[in-house]
Amino acid sequence: MESLINMVLLSLLAVVTIGVVRLRNLFAVIILGGIYSFLMASVLIVLDAVDVAMTEASVGAGISTVLMLTVLYMTRVEEAKPVHTPMLPIFVAGGTGAVLVYGTWGLPAFGLADTPINTHVGMAYMDLSIPDTGIPNVVTSVLASYRGFDTFGETTVVFTAGIGVLLLLRRGVSLARLRRKQQEEESKS
Amino acid sequence: MEVLQPILAHFNHWITIFLMVAGLYVVVARGNMIKKLIGLSLFQTSVYLLYISPGKILGGTAPIIGDNIEVYSNPLPHVLILTAIVVGVATLALGLGLVVRINEVYGTIEEDEIFTQEDDDE
Amino acid sequence: MKLDVVLRVVTKLMLPFMLVFAVYVQFHGDYGPGGGFQAGVIAAAALILYALMFGLTSAMRVVPTWLVEKMIPVGVMIYGGTGVVSMFLHENFLNYDALDHHHTVHAQEWGVFLVEVGVFVTVSSTMIAIFYAFGGRGR
Repeated sequence: MESLINMVLLSLLAVVTIGVVRLRNLFAVIILGGIYSFLMASVLIVLDAVDVAMTEASVGAGISTVLMLTVLYMTRVEEAKPVHTPMLPIFVAGGTGAVLVYGTWGLPAFGLADTPINTHVGMAYMDLSIPDTGIPNVVTSVLASYRGFDTFGETTVVFTAGIGVLLLLRRGVSLARLRRKQQEEESKS
Repeated sequence: MEVLQPILAHFNHWITIFLMVAGLYVVVARGNMIKKLIGLSLFQTSVYLLYISPGKILGGTAPIIGDNIEVYSNPLPHVLILTAIVVGVATLALGLGLVVRINEVYGTIEEDEIFTQEDDDE
Repeated sequence: MKLDVVLRVVTKLMLPFMLVFAVYVQFHGDYGPGGGFQAGVIAAAALILYALMFGLTSAMRVVPTWLVEKMIPVGVMIYGGTGVVSMFLHENFLNYDALDHHHTVHAQEWGVFLVEVGVFVTVSSTMIAIFYAFGGRGR
């Protein structure tokens, strides 16, 4: 049953992806992106990743949709017709896909407990978490305690990206304004 | 069900690859920068699936320790991807910031139109 | 802006619950799904909803820009500070056992709590700052 729900949700995800790739109206694409994020969150719940599902639902469907719509408000909604034929991109993407599909034959099947990923360090945390930290949610204890240094790095990345956006977008000497001024001066002379 | 077994075993991988390829195609083929960023996030979400799927154990439950529960899924991929999502939206915002600035300077976010403008300037 | 009475009223009704939910996710993260990252994004989403419904200026009156921009580094400093404190208490960087040598489980819970607070502050203020920056450009 689990794998059936999983398969249905993943198929829906693929259908939405086709819509995202094919549509040229960016507003529709962004809304489809929100649907995509919620579907992805549902898939993640089926895959037992509840913390990740919560993050994906609030970040993917919430914040990034709002940000994209804000940017779309300043630009054009309709995407221009492509000038080049898509032969080369299809070849590149298709070739990559073929190699990756070939690679899946060497991977262990879905949902097994005795695969390499499920027999080493990840599962050790399950037994250690309560005696070491007293935290039942192992994702939190690994995130904040066992791999605290890792999370420190991630926090710094968020910090850096925030600073980058502020540097780019905060009102100051704007390049566009300089350019406009230059053009005005040129048209006068 | 016997016939379906090999498909079931790798279905997650194939959908992951499909999403990845779709994202890659959008990034390479489309000239619109917002569309490129959407393609990039498609690629990114496929990586979430790539990490989370192998950690799932059929019949298991979420890795929150409780009474009377024997089988848990692997918590480690969840941790890695949880932080990746938040970092992903931060970098997406940075990309969108660049798009806004490009739009202010060139008046367009189509790659081809920017290239023609650059050629005209020379 | 006159015809959206329903949206405005519903937004006002929802906002307190969203903020309480953010706090719940933050402090219940040890026992259920959640943590600093999710709580930060939910809190930011609540303010962004307010800004979308009532305008950017009224949102900036609630949470001013200077405060948001100060909070981004403050969060990283709370996180890093926890690590530095444990270094001064003769343990490794971010080894919370140092906070209470007799009850290491307590020390770990304290360490996780502080670190999650740091993550919450950084993530929520970064998201709000990014939204303010984009919204400020739009006009």
